[in-house]
Amino acid sequence: MKVTADLDLCQGHQMCTGEAPDVFGYDGEADRVVVLQEHPDESQRAQVAAAVQYCPAMALAVEEDR
Amino acid sequence: MTAIPEVSYAVPDDGHGHLAEMRVDPIALFQRVRDECGDIGRFRLADRDVVLVSGAEANEQFFRAPDSTLDQAAAYPFMTPIFGQGVVFDASPEERQQMLKNQALKGDMMRGHAATIEAEINRMVADWGDEPGDSGEIDLLDFFAELTIYTTSACLIGRPFREELDGRFAQHYHDLERGTDALAYVDPYLDIESFRVRDTAREALVALVQDIIDRRVERGTVPREERDLLDVLISIDMTADYITGIFISMMFAGHHTSSGTAAWALIELMRHPDVLAGIVEELDDLYADGSDVSFQALRSIPRLEAALKETLRLHPPLVILLRVVQEEIELAGHTIAPGTMVAASPRVSNRIAEDFPDPDAFDPGRYLDGHQADLQNRWTWIPFGAGKHRCVGNAFAMMQLKAIFSVLLRDYTFEMTQPSEDYRDDVSKMVIQLAQPCRVRYRRRAR
Repeated sequence: MKVTADLDLCQGHQMCTGEAPDVFGYDGEADRVVVLQEHPDESQRAQVAAAVQYCPAMALAVEEDR
Repeated sequence: MTAIPEVSYAVPDDGHGHLAEMRVDPIALFQRVRDECGDIGRFRLADRDVVLVSGAEANEQFFRAPDSTLDQAAAYPFMTPIFGQGVVFDASPEERQQMLKNQALKGDMMRGHAATIEAEINRMVADWGDEPGDSGEIDLLDFFAELTIYTTSACLIGRPFREELDGRFAQHYHDLERGTDALAYVDPYLDIESFRVRDTAREALVALVQDIIDRRVERGTVPREERDLLDVLISIDMTADYITGIFISMMFAGHHTSSGTAAWALIELMRHPDVLAGIVEELDDLYADGSDVSFQALRSIPRLEAALKETLRLHPPLVILLRVVQEEIELAGHTIAPGTMVAASPRVSNRIAEDFPDPDAFDPGRYLDGHQADLQNRWTWIPFGAGKHRCVGNAFAMMQLKAIFSVLLRDYTFEMTQPSEDYRDDVSKMVIQLAQPCRVRYRRRAR
C-alpha cells in the first residue's frame, strides 16, 4: 500500500500519530503530519486504516501498490 | 456572471430576490439550483448574487480556496448582533480555529471531555427514575439543547463556569439561535420579532454572566487549578458584555449542531428499529465488562458511528456554507468576481444520487463492512464541510455523540409519541432546529 497525506487539508490534530505511530509523525513547526513510511508493511494495515478513517481533516489516504 | 444560470422562483420575489423562499423552504431552493442549473447556478439574496456549487469537482474548488480568495466572516451578517457589535477577536478565523484546537480540542484533552460529557448526561437523566419500567416524556429539542449547553460550556470554557449555569442560560441561548432570520441579509437590525427576541436574549445572557462575574470578584482569587477561562478574562478587565460575546461565539459552532444531530439520530433510530437493535447489542457487548463510557467513547463503536454518520448525511446541521469572494476565482468553469457570494450546500451534496445510491434512505450500511461512503466522497459527503475549514470540532462532536448514546441506550428504550413524519425541522431561520413538539417517551431498561 501507499500512504499519502494532503498537507493542504491537514489541521495538525495528530490523531494519526496515535493510531499508527510508526507510519505517521508530526512536524510541530509546520503543525502538519509527516508520513514516516510511504509504503508501510502489510502488518500495519489495520492501524493505517484507522488513522485514515479517524483523521478529523480527512487528509489521509491509502492507495494500493501496483 | 450572467453566463451562470439563475434558478427559477417558487415563492414570488418580494423585492429581495429568493430571500422570501429562503425564509420558508431553503432546502427546496438549494436543491432546485442543482436540479435546474447543474453543478453551478445562482440565486438572488437581497441585493447580491449567490453562486451555489455542488458535485465533487466544484465543491473541491470551493473548499480548497484559500482565505485570501474566499472570506468566511463577511458571509454571515446574522452572526454580528449575536456575538455583539465590537466583539471581534484580534485574530483571523483561521487563527481562532487554531487556538480552539490547541486549547480545548486537542486529542489528549478528549479523555477529560469524554468524562465531563458522561457526567453531564447522567445529571440530565438523574430524575428519570431508577426502577426498570420507570418512564416519562421529554421534548427532544429542549433536552438536547440544554444538555449541549452544559457540555460545550464545561469543555470549552471550564467546569466552574458550567456549574454556575442552569436552564435559563440554555433558554436564552436558544432565543439567540432563533434570531438568525435570513432577513439579516437585508439588515441584521430590522425591527422584527425574532431580532427583538434575539437582542433581549443577549442582554439576559450578559446579565447572567455579570452575576457570575460579581460572585467571582466577591469570592476573590482561587488557586490556579480551580480557575477557568472566565477568571482569566476577568483578570484582564474585560466587560461582561465582551466576555459574553466571546463565550457565545466559542459555543456557537458546537451547540445547535450537536444538539440537532443527537435529536435526529434518536429519531432515525426509532424509525429504524432493526438498526437500533444492532446498536443496542453492540453497546451491551461493549459495556458488559463494566468499562467506562469516557473510555469507550474515544474508541471505535462501528455500528453507532455508522448510524451517526448517516444521520449527519441526511440531516446536516448547516444546510449552506457561504463565503464572499475576495479575489477572482474560477468555479466549475466560470470566473466569479470579487464581492459575489459563493456557497456549497451540505444538504444538497450529501444526497447526490451518483455518490449515494438511494440518497434519501437511512442506511448505515454505507459505512460498514468495508464500505466508506464518507471517505470515498470526500468532497460531497460534507456534513462537517471540507478542506482547510473542515469543522475542527468534528472528532469532539463524534465522541460526544458516542458518549450520549452509550448512556441513553444502555439504560433506556425510547418510543415516538407522535407520528413519525411529524418530527421535522423548522427551516425558517438560518440556524435550523427541530420543530416543536418533538416529544418522545423513555423507559428504563431492565438490567
